[in-house]
Amino acid sequence: MSTAQAEAAGFVVPGRSRGIIDVFRFRYLLRLLVRKGILTRYHGSVLGWTWSYVKPAAQFLVFYFVFGIFLDLNRGIPAFPIYLFSGIIVINLFTEAFSNATKSIVDNAPLVKKIYLPRELFPAAAVIVAFVHFLPQLAILTVVCVFVGWIPTLVGIAGILTGALIIIVLATGLGLLFGAVNVSFRDAQNFVELILLFATWTSPVLYSWTMVRDVVEPWVLELYMLNPITSAVELFHEGFWAPLVDVSDRPPMLWLNAMLGLGLSLVLLFVGQLVFRRLEGRFAQDL
Amino acid sequence: MRKISSTQGDARIIVDGIGKTFVLRHTHSFKEAFIAVLRRKKISTVFKALDGVDFAVREGESVALLGFNGSGKSTLLKLISGVLKPDSGRVLTRGRVAGLIEVGAGFHPDLSGRENVFLNAAILGMSKREITERFDAIVEFSEIGEFIDTEVKHYSSGMFVRLAFSVAIHTELDILLVDEVLAVGDAPFREKCKAKIAELSSQGKTMLVVSHDIDMVTALCERGILLRHGNVVFDGEIDKAVSALRAQDV
Repeated sequence: MSTAQAEAAGFVVPGRSRGIIDVFRFRYLLRLLVRKGILTRYHGSVLGWTWSYVKPAAQFLVFYFVFGIFLDLNRGIPAFPIYLFSGIIVINLFTEAFSNATKSIVDNAPLVKKIYLPRELFPAAAVIVAFVHFLPQLAILTVVCVFVGWIPTLVGIAGILTGALIIIVLATGLGLLFGAVNVSFRDAQNFVELILLFATWTSPVLYSWTMVRDVVEPWVLELYMLNPITSAVELFHEGFWAPLVDVSDRPPMLWLNAMLGLGLSLVLLFVGQLVFRRLEGRFAQDL
Repeated sequence: MRKISSTQGDARIIVDGIGKTFVLRHTHSFKEAFIAVLRRKKISTVFKALDGVDFAVREGESVALLGFNGSGKSTLLKLISGVLKPDSGRVLTRGRVAGLIEVGAGFHPDLSGRENVFLNAAILGMSKREITERFDAIVEFSEIGEFIDTEVKHYSSGMFVRLAFSVAIHTELDILLVDEVLAVGDAPFREKCKAKIAELSSQGKTMLVVSHDIDMVTALCERGILLRHGNVVFDGEIDKAVSALRAQDV
């Protein structure tokens, strides 16, 4: 009896998963894992989810005073606080999702070692928890924007949604890749911290893209604009900041670059899944 | 691959020429590896946990895996549950597999008993409807009572184990894998667990039990498979398997 015949007779090979597709089949479990992540995140703290508001607010104040006032960056950028904050929350989403997903397999070691379930569930749940964490920040930004007379445009909203999608796909792909490697080599999580440090500075969060354009070769600028995080940040600027100000210097081919960024993120998701599946067989014995 | 005869069509578990090797690394960084090479020490040891194990378990059969520590029993259970993957050969199972393997692995101390029941039952493969239906039975069996809404970290170790075991034993299953979990809880609860497992067995569930508790194994199983250094050395009636195990004891 070959394996194929055996499968026809109702047999299965234990521990064989369908990869990320299984996350949708195990929706209920995913929901409970996300719930666990949300409930236990601020467990034991009196302020609880208030921290999700306090932390970005403090971060914003530091950047605003240092970059906006002391370094005088806000001269070139009108409505600098909005510009700054809409970029910061994109980076925060990426940082949170990517680093949580990278640690997710190691953090769930007791489960991974003892019970079989599609292991993709852990990074997926980590990314979703990060997204939930991102929502209060998005809410603050929206409230502030409305307060200063923001009228959302259809293109702007599409930009915000696309930007968030790029970040989610990118963080999931990279999280699968580094999360799987992290099981055998804990160097991965340190390497991820390095990547995250670069992510903040290699996208136009604290400065404007025109400052890059003015000093680098065109091909470097092209590379800079192809960075999916740059696209996501610029799409958030397009959605929240651009309608409030009158600027002519918006990045050219924003949407084309965004689509390329999304494409690149999808490729990385595919690669991440591939590596994850290759290494998955060793998770239980290497943890 | 070995031919599997047609009589094994009603099997629940087929273990077909399984081999599993572990490589134990002795060095964990470049520095350590470099020093080990300089001193001509071994960087890793290869350990053969299982070496060509073959057997099939029919529907409704209760089989005990016997053998001393390190004979490969737990590795075998992990291969059948899918946690580990074999290096050679294959494992096939038919129906839902549930493991009483280190119960409570998915418990989170900061969540209440109720939330842990739902989370862990889902981890063990139950749907929301199934869990809701069985929730009361799970709580009743665990004897947790009013503490079900208390955070699990405040539970005594006995309460924790009772709840975890109760969740595991109430999952919908065709094949039950039991690994040394009955060494937990107080005597009355242990008796209750044995009775529950015997009840499942009488319902025609297939069972694979790893235990050093010979009395329990002889009461529960009709067949025993004796492992030694990753090989099957005896496969047959439980009484004979137990005497073969005792004969090894020198």
